[in-house]
Amino acid sequence: MTISSLVRLPGMGALVSLIGVVAFYVIFGGVDVVTLGGAASWMNFAANLGIVAIPVGMLMIAGEIDISVGAMIPAGSMTVAVVSGYYGFPIVVGMLAALTLGVIVGTINGILTNRTTVPSLIITLGTLVAMQGVILTAAKLLTGEASVAITAPDWAKTIFGQLITASHQIIILWWIAFALVLGFFMHQTRVGNWIFAMGGDRVSARNAGIPVAKLTIGLFILSSCAAAFVGVCQAILFNSAQVSGGMGIIFNAIVSVVVGGVLLTGGFGSVFGIFIGTLTFAVVNQGIYFTQIDRNWSNLIIGIMLLLAVGMNETFRKLALSAGRKPTIAR
Amino acid sequence: MSTKPPILALRGVNKSFGPIDVLHDISLEVRAGEVLCLLGDNGAGKSTLIKIMSGVHQPSSGVIEMDGAPVTLPTPRAAQESGISTVHQFGGTFPLMSIGRSFFVGVEPTKGFGPFKVYDRKRANAIAVKAVQDMGITRIDDGDRLVGGLSGGERQSLAIARAVHFGARVLILDEPTAALGVKQATHVLRIVNEAKRRGLAVVFITHQVMHAMAVGDHFAVLIRGAVAADFKKGEKTREEITDLMAGGASMANLEAEIEGYMASHDGHPPKVA
Repeated sequence: MTISSLVRLPGMGALVSLIGVVAFYVIFGGVDVVTLGGAASWMNFAANLGIVAIPVGMLMIAGEIDISVGAMIPAGSMTVAVVSGYYGFPIVVGMLAALTLGVIVGTINGILTNRTTVPSLIITLGTLVAMQGVILTAAKLLTGEASVAITAPDWAKTIFGQLITASHQIIILWWIAFALVLGFFMHQTRVGNWIFAMGGDRVSARNAGIPVAKLTIGLFILSSCAAAFVGVCQAILFNSAQVSGGMGIIFNAIVSVVVGGVLLTGGFGSVFGIFIGTLTFAVVNQGIYFTQIDRNWSNLIIGIMLLLAVGMNETFRKLALSAGRKPTIAR
Repeated sequence: MSTKPPILALRGVNKSFGPIDVLHDISLEVRAGEVLCLLGDNGAGKSTLIKIMSGVHQPSSGVIEMDGAPVTLPTPRAAQESGISTVHQFGGTFPLMSIGRSFFVGVEPTKGFGPFKVYDRKRANAIAVKAVQDMGITRIDDGDRLVGGLSGGERQSLAIARAVHFGARVLILDEPTAALGVKQATHVLRIVNEAKRRGLAVVFITHQVMHAMAVGDHFAVLIRGAVAADFKKGEKTREEITDLMAGGASMANLEAEIEGYMASHDGHPPKVA
């Protein structure tokens, strides 16, 4: 690995940001690195966010965006709670129902994006709001409540909703697995390269024989299902599901992706970067509780740190473009 | 050689969008190892003509022939499969991709088997770099560099090398030198000559007469959607071609007008509003 190849990694900016954020908290907040490193709060936060952020980032690399994930998390947990909790079907049926809902919403998002010229931001804004309505109405009609209890069998608890050590959620391991599989997919397979090409120039990608429409639908399905999966895991962990907003996760996911070095306009980024970006955001967001800093400042600090991180990415992207360029030989 | 049918020929092609006639009775042909220069001012119909040759638009009437047989090019993909490759003004369209990856978009080489078939970065980079170097651009030697970091001329060269590598027989170059400096343009012209030497038929679209004369074997001047002149290398001078493009003798008239103005205004040229 030479310096120039390191600089070209889209995750480099995020990595530097992460180190900077930790250093800031250690120096100005008096945080003990070991305590912070082992703390569950930011890891749990990062994992629940990260499983959604990776597919959202992949969509952004492909030149699209999906904010309907905000509704898909509560939709996933409500579905599994209603099907397996209220009606008492086996947990597998409830989970499949939640994932099927993800496939349906993802397909709708994908088809609308392919068939119309409406930006996917607006399309998924529509499905976001629509899904919120659907969840609330369905929950009220079917159960009469906005909060449904579910008791998962032990095996499901072990796989999807247990606490390893007293406070670390098992979903952390799922997040790492997601990152490894999707990272391999994006950076090592042909289809991964196609997704980058779509984001770089959709028309040229189509002319090069890339099944742009199918990939778009597939990516939307992936993000909806990932969000539904997070919802399912939360319902199993907390033994209940609520009709909730889930709006926060939209911004958190987008911020993580952008801090992770993905270009908002598509064509550039990495799963590694998104992973580190999510970590950075989680540490910024949760790390403040480990410091002596007055909590009232937290949002200001978060805002500044995010701007710095994004600025860093900009710099690294410029470096990446010029890295490896031959010095001009004076004649 | 002239007994062989031309690789690509247009016979009496017309194109209209609704009531507007854009192209009128265009007949052109280009043979292997020959550069056809399409000259014309903005709005002369050059881009529409390119789009017809590269499968984006269909002619309203008239025939496209390849190797003497009529063909239809329903999509850009179909045109590419018949060996017609179009390189646009800014060459590489994936600026944030590495040279190796963008070279092989859609046809990435892989290694391994089954679900573990992975993109073969080393091989892609090696082939891409070699293809570009074989075309005479030796400055590119690292396939991991991002396309956006290349100069305009290098990007054009990369795009042309890519077309040649994937077996293009007809190369359509849409204003490849328009945005380039003198030195960069020379690089591209050299690559055009190299493609010609390898037996490709090249359609070179430009409004820079100098560049056209440097590589062209055959010239066609397009005015308001019709071929106004069709001649071979050496049959016309640069001034004649420029005048033709500007619509007949208007350039000479303009010069006379300016000279007349200067004579009556103490040698000042006219003010430009």
